[in-house]
Amino acid sequence: MSTHTASLNQSRQVSGRRRSRTFGLNRRRQILGALFTLPTAAMITIFFLVPLGMTFWMSFYRWPLLGQHKWIGLENYSAALNDPNFIQALKFTLEYTVIITPILLVLGFGLAALVQRGDTPSRFFQSVYFMPVAIGLASASFLWLFMAQSQIGPLWDLMHWLGLIGSKSNLFAGHWSSLMVVNAMVAWKVVGLQMLLLLSGLQSIPVEVIEAARVDGASGWQRLWHITVPLLRPTLALVLVFSVAGSLLAFDQFYIMTSGGPSNSTISVVYSIYRYSFIQFKLGYGAALSVLLMVILAIVSAVQMLLLRNTDHN
Amino acid sequence: MISDIRRSLPRAAWWTLNVALTVLFLSPLVVMLSMAFKSSGDQGHIPPTLLPQHPTWHNFVKLTSVQGLNIFHNLLNSVMVSVSATLLVVLFASMAGYGIARTKFPGAGIVFFVALASFMIPFQAILTPLYMLLKNMGLNDSLVGLTLVYVTFNLPFALFIMRNAFASVPQALEEAARIDGCGTIRAIVQIMLPIVKPGLITASLMTFFNTWNEFFAALILVTSQEKFTLPVTLTMVASGSFGQIDWGSLQAGVALTIIPCIVVYLLLQRYYVSGMLSGALK
Repeated sequence: MSTHTASLNQSRQVSGRRRSRTFGLNRRRQILGALFTLPTAAMITIFFLVPLGMTFWMSFYRWPLLGQHKWIGLENYSAALNDPNFIQALKFTLEYTVIITPILLVLGFGLAALVQRGDTPSRFFQSVYFMPVAIGLASASFLWLFMAQSQIGPLWDLMHWLGLIGSKSNLFAGHWSSLMVVNAMVAWKVVGLQMLLLLSGLQSIPVEVIEAARVDGASGWQRLWHITVPLLRPTLALVLVFSVAGSLLAFDQFYIMTSGGPSNSTISVVYSIYRYSFIQFKLGYGAALSVLLMVILAIVSAVQMLLLRNTDHN
Repeated sequence: MISDIRRSLPRAAWWTLNVALTVLFLSPLVVMLSMAFKSSGDQGHIPPTLLPQHPTWHNFVKLTSVQGLNIFHNLLNSVMVSVSATLLVVLFASMAGYGIARTKFPGAGIVFFVALASFMIPFQAILTPLYMLLKNMGLNDSLVGLTLVYVTFNLPFALFIMRNAFASVPQALEEAARIDGCGTIRAIVQIMLPIVKPGLITASLMTFFNTWNEFFAALILVTSQEKFTLPVTLTMVASGSFGQIDWGSLQAGVALTIIPCIVVYLLLQRYYVSGMLSGALK
């Protein structure tokens, strides 16, 4: 807008001929800009807005892959709320989220505090801890699937050597141990990102504030708890939401590492949508579950906004 | 905090802790490489050995025939999809970024707002209708369809980066070029592109990593094995034959998937880190 007005004002000061020329130029530039934006606008409309609308629309239908689809109103939604498989998936996803989030937060904070000084060795260690972030979640899952295999996997071997597990045990046979292996993989793969975010938060805290507290005789823990953590609250909220949103959308790690087992106890919400939509081909029901997932994530985003706004007021 | 840890932690302890953590963080990659080069005799060793006793390429050779599939062909699929998606995303996002930041045509704000709002919707939630849509367009089970989907899901972030990059180019620079008789297109290519280069690198890097590593959409939208991308192909290696999983070949396949990421990360770390940060803080 400002470009437009600026050049208009400018053109008022020059002769009429020049003015119409500038105006025509602006007009031509605007048309060019609109044409330039067309491919992006078209892609987002066709492959994002249309399917988004279709998700809501399909959720009111019984929609098999083959054959006629039929309007059933809110039946998919009422079925979802009484579907033990979906409720189980929802419970499991929450369980996973509640476990992995504090792990990531604490480890990420620890790493950030450790490598926070910007000297060369710190920067070297930072880039080591961040490296697994560049690796795909799927390939990391295949790697750790092997690491945790009975007898031949190094992680299994290490745990056996430490006396944590017996020589016949299978880490993927139990719900709890499967979940722990997945958590270890996820922590390794994504904690670098949490560290990075917290580092950028820590760097925004003025050194003087902390030094002043130290001079006033505050202990390390007091400084951490009463100064660093409150000043870091916006970043902590961001890291929290990142981890929560990521965990609520978990799929790859459970599909690859546990296949949802043992006895379907590690099926996440996205996994359950996948099974309904693409294994059983109940596309309408899958769409309804997708809408519910969007609602859950919207609530998480709203809570994030609230958390961030609250810190602004303080 | 800055000096706290260093102060309360003796230097030797700081080094020990970091070196131990470095070993911990790198060990899965050592395990992967070691397993990828182990002979079948080495693989059966209980407890597992750290390094291969008789290093061999055999596991990689075996990847040329996994259930009648040559995985290097799938590697090529991955390269084609990621490279073309990256090129298209960067081209479209630069054009739109310029249009939105520089020409302020009516409706520019709406396009940018919709793109930003799409960050709120996880793509996993719209994959069911997307599958139907591609089927109706005749683009199901096709790498072209998958590429178009990847382009769309990476466009909003790239657009965000490129719009900001173009917006920060001084107005005077573009006008000076025009007064010197530069056409609009020439002014963009010769004057502005060099300035927005960091944005271009960040946008292409993020798109490349996202598409190279993407698993969920690739698993659903492509159904013929010879069209699988690399991560999905690994599920076939991991499913094994005759109830026996070839762990050496699986790790060789994992290495093929991971090593390009590590190499690109080490080369362009600065841009990757800034991309991840602006992605999170957008």
